[in-house]
Amino acid sequence: MTNSSGGAEKLSSSAGSIVFDADVLVLGGGPAGTWAAISAARHGARVVLADKGFCGTSGATAAAGTSVWYVDPAPERREAAMASREKLGGYLQDRRWMARVLDRTYVQSNQLADWGYPYPADDDGKPQRNSLQGPEYMRLMRKRTKQAGVTILDHSPALELLVDGSGVVAGAAGLRRQKGDRWVVNAKAVVIATGGCAFLSKTLGSNVLTGDGYLLAAEAGAEFTSMEFSNAYAISPAFGSVTKTLFYSWASFTDQRGSVIPGASSKGGRSVIARALRQGPVYAQLDQADAETQRHMRASQPNFFLPFDRTGIDPFAQRFPITLRLEGTVRGTGGLRIVDDSCATTVPGLYAAGDAATRELICGGFTGGGSHNAAWAMSSGYWAGEGAAEFARQLGTTIGRQAFRRGTVGLHDRSGPPLHGGALARSVQDEVFPYELNYFREAGRLGDSLRRLDGLWSEASRADAPDDQELLRGREAAAMLATARWMYRSALARQESRGMHRRDDYPEPDDRYLHLVTTGGLDDVWTSTRPLASAHYSEAAE
Amino acid sequence: MIEVIDTERCTACDICVNVCPTNVFDKTDGIPVIARQGDCQTCFLCELYCPEDALFVSPFAEAPQAVDVAALKEAAVLGSYRRAVGWTDENRHLRAADRSYRLFGH
Repeated sequence: MTNSSGGAEKLSSSAGSIVFDADVLVLGGGPAGTWAAISAARHGARVVLADKGFCGTSGATAAAGTSVWYVDPAPERREAAMASREKLGGYLQDRRWMARVLDRTYVQSNQLADWGYPYPADDDGKPQRNSLQGPEYMRLMRKRTKQAGVTILDHSPALELLVDGSGVVAGAAGLRRQKGDRWVVNAKAVVIATGGCAFLSKTLGSNVLTGDGYLLAAEAGAEFTSMEFSNAYAISPAFGSVTKTLFYSWASFTDQRGSVIPGASSKGGRSVIARALRQGPVYAQLDQADAETQRHMRASQPNFFLPFDRTGIDPFAQRFPITLRLEGTVRGTGGLRIVDDSCATTVPGLYAAGDAATRELICGGFTGGGSHNAAWAMSSGYWAGEGAAEFARQLGTTIGRQAFRRGTVGLHDRSGPPLHGGALARSVQDEVFPYELNYFREAGRLGDSLRRLDGLWSEASRADAPDDQELLRGREAAAMLATARWMYRSALARQESRGMHRRDDYPEPDDRYLHLVTTGGLDDVWTSTRPLASAHYSEAAE
Repeated sequence: MIEVIDTERCTACDICVNVCPTNVFDKTDGIPVIARQGDCQTCFLCELYCPEDALFVSPFAEAPQAVDVAALKEAAVLGSYRRAVGWTDENRHLRAADRSYRLFGH
């Protein structure tokens, strides 16, 4: 169970490509990917981890840091932690999953302490484990991943999945962008841990998160769920990238003339800020933080202060212009649909973890922010790694198995001009950034946007493969486009306001929509509904 | 965005090329170059990982800025993030300085 069987076998290194043979391939090297790789290796699998950027710095956590849904195992504390989120999430959560994520997060967080993560202690000397410094956490996770015997491929974005003749996942293929060649990993199981999609909005650390894993999973037939909960926007200085919305709990918000904007706040009043930003500039000033709070802020999040210290702004004493940056499905709760406790998807041999997987199980329809997503990354990573290793073990030998490439858009020569990733990404941003389209939704506007997005898709799917320099940009833009279409198709299917999903034309929750929305498809995007787990339980009890 | 690799301090170790999550830098025979500045996501991580305090990331995420390297060095801005998070020998105690638990629940 606990032996690390070493890295995967390198089969060949012929000109232009390198081939590995592994039991488990993990795509993505953020928290979920590293936990998955370590977990799979501990369960005896030979593991390759391929990261688009650098395992240790890429992803939303590495740059930003995060709070963690770490709750002492006392029953009343656990009950309160679960209950406090249910209304916000629109009652779409699954209590059984919340409980098992709390249990698993507690174990994993304590594991980090054993590995030497420098958790702070409070004035009574009690360790505090509900927050992680991103660079520190992910530097440690890279080290532990290597020590587990995992082969790490940095700067190696995946382009497409491989499947065998029965549709079972058989690995993936991609680029080694700093070496100018390709990689292929033949694997018995694959974990998608590539994060969500923030549409290149420059929300802190998220520009590697373009929905790539969604696209290649969809091409192999995977399904998605809760993609309508995808309209999270974070507060940042208008000129900068540092999105630390927590600190704006101490802010006052003013308009151009310096008048306080009624109702504007970080929590429960962000939509007021969005509406005000449509009228003109909005300013924030952290004038409600006393001297002690200011000291804690400085010590806790040095990166929050970089944009201010380097522009000579005192954010406690001066107002500064702010904006809202789209966090899309990174802070949304949708993603690949999970079908069992091992974080398997609807495709045999394909597992999902972290923001790439749905977080509806613990968050329902409202973002858990960093806290729940961090807990989910640790827990789902652990389970997906274990599940993938077990799947690989049961599959046994795969000698002589044929593998077929499942990639579509941007990867083949068609009849059109080459796919232009830069232009396509900007066109998708035009449909998902505007508050009147995404934050405040309405059937007519969503429908118009979907028609434009569908048009872009039919154009992109007829385009020629771009050259290797532009290939990744093209695939990223296609993934953003596919994600936007799943988001808006699901948003149209939910004719109510629930969780973070807001419909101007249906401003209230409606109990006829107390279910989950599944979506998928590439050329033809579809939706369907699924009952909540609680409905299954009550049925079983009858 | 990343604006500067200070040629006086850089030892061409290429750590920035390796750690940049969006592949902004290219290796050369000597000091790396900022090859794709527009891809910089202003995450400050290259600066954090640079052992020589040779990099400067401007906080402006959307557009390049002219910067005065001599003034930045004079004001000890280069390396300031690394010192603040405790990734220098003199500041290691700051790695456990997180007081977020005092801020939650506000």
